[in-house]
Amino acid sequence: MTSTTQATPATNTCLALENVSISYGSFEAVRNVHMDIPAGKVTAFIGPSGCGKSTVLRALNRMNDLIEGCSLKGRVVFDAQNIYAKEVDPVEVRRRIGMVFQKPNPFPKSIYENIAFGARINGYKGDMDELVERSLRKAFIWDETKDKLKESGNALSGGQQQRLCIARAIAVEPEVILMDEPCSALDPISTLKIEELMHELKKTFSIVIVTHNMQQAVRVSDQTAFFNAEAVEGGSGKVGYLVEFNETERIFNAPVQQATQDYVTGRFG
Amino acid sequence: MTSAPPEDLFTLRRRPASDRLVDGGFRNLTIVLASFVAITLLAIFITVFQGAREAMREFGLTFITTSNWNPVDNEYGAFTAIYGTLVSSIMALVIAVPLGVGTAIFITENLIPLRWREVIGVMVELLAAIPSVVLGLWAIFVMEPFIRPFLQFLYDALGWLPFFNSPPQGPGMAPAIIILVVMVLPIITSISRDALNQVPNELRQGAYGVGSTRWVAILSVILPAAVSSIVGGVMLSLGRAMGETMAVTMIIGNSNNFSFSLLAPGNTIASMLANQFGEADGVQVSALLYAAVILMVLTFSVNIAAQWIIKKLSLKY
Repeated sequence: MTSTTQATPATNTCLALENVSISYGSFEAVRNVHMDIPAGKVTAFIGPSGCGKSTVLRALNRMNDLIEGCSLKGRVVFDAQNIYAKEVDPVEVRRRIGMVFQKPNPFPKSIYENIAFGARINGYKGDMDELVERSLRKAFIWDETKDKLKESGNALSGGQQQRLCIARAIAVEPEVILMDEPCSALDPISTLKIEELMHELKKTFSIVIVTHNMQQAVRVSDQTAFFNAEAVEGGSGKVGYLVEFNETERIFNAPVQQATQDYVTGRFG
Repeated sequence: MTSAPPEDLFTLRRRPASDRLVDGGFRNLTIVLASFVAITLLAIFITVFQGAREAMREFGLTFITTSNWNPVDNEYGAFTAIYGTLVSSIMALVIAVPLGVGTAIFITENLIPLRWREVIGVMVELLAAIPSVVLGLWAIFVMEPFIRPFLQFLYDALGWLPFFNSPPQGPGMAPAIIILVVMVLPIITSISRDALNQVPNELRQGAYGVGSTRWVAILSVILPAAVSSIVGGVMLSLGRAMGETMAVTMIIGNSNNFSFSLLAPGNTIASMLANQFGEADGVQVSALLYAAVILMVLTFSVNIAAQWIIKKLSLKY
């Protein structure tokens, strides 16, 4: 990358949601979301429970396909292609848009295999040992695991497992990493480690993170989207929608919407 | 000023003696009930073993290695039946395991709409509800005539192999194997389905999250995570297949002439016992009990092996 040609980051869109509505069966979970997620930055989704932020996140790499009865209207554009177009293979989408989940979920295999598995199915032709070491280093977990690569990934602590899962995600070198409340099952120290890691990772990847923790959004993200849910007349339950999407600084200090103001100052939710 | 709580509000602060008695009585009752199973098992084993001692003394290990079964001369060898037991149950598993595990994958992973999966699941369970004597009848009158052309083809094409070197003549080992497949399929399928359902969804998502295709996810992540329970189910159904009596007796032909051929009539320990006990006396009863001991040892070892394998293979996740 050359430093002379500085593209204005704001115009560099990585994922664009165009009028996205997502339903589970007949229940509409999220309605009419428009947003342009910037490349090379950390974007945080915040909002009260049930506002559909995780649903939107999982829509970004077609993870919702695995949920029975889940359907999406609208377009999600990645690399000038609607990833929900008929001819697009969701497997290929997920190879370019990786994911880290709420609960650490290492495979019941060795630490080495946890990393190598994804690389192998992505047809990695390089030196596997080197890739495993590089990925574990990038996820700040190499020092803790280098002597026990043959041991099960489940032998690690929760925080280590989550960093292993991040290493697993970056090993396949996706362009985007989605993180669904990656720290909610972790202690504060592990959380801090993963937040540091995110600052490092955004140099290489675009990151989208769902978090319940507003301080975390402030600490790690450049852009923040606030989702809320409202009851719909005649419908059962609440439907989520995007209230406001802006620079994190603005969302927390000078939000445009009253609802955002109320949420970030802790007056509800 | 602190006031003591009124004493009459909590009348059971001290447990009355009757309360303790009920507790102790309940404990003793559960001990009795629990020991009942163990004592019954031991008693059966001892009785059968006692009855078999005469034949054990007389024939020793040649009982296991010879296949001469002649009540007139009081010569007994159970090799045909032991061979038949092992071959029929193992062959049945060879066919039933891929079918059962495949069905389980089919009805747990979302390959087809939920409705259809539920229908198939219920049908598999209903298969287990058919009484074995009905299955035996079905085997005699429907299944065996239906597959006879295929067995004939096996004989014509592969008759030079010892496993197919006799012409199919109705009852035989091959139809018995197929009826065993039908009988163990529900066990394997439902245990595998439960095992696959217990694989945490996070693990599935993790596999898809790094870009696995469905088959890679199933074969390298989901199945390995469920394999211990699946193997346990397979071993249980092996025990079931070895001991299965009624349907097998009706279709296997009950011949004590040893033959390698799967198309020829054969025998299993269970069907031999069912067939001969009614009219046996003297040494023959003892010989049959000896065969029963062998069958019990076989099924016990299968069950113990199952426990061991489950322990060995089970993964933490």
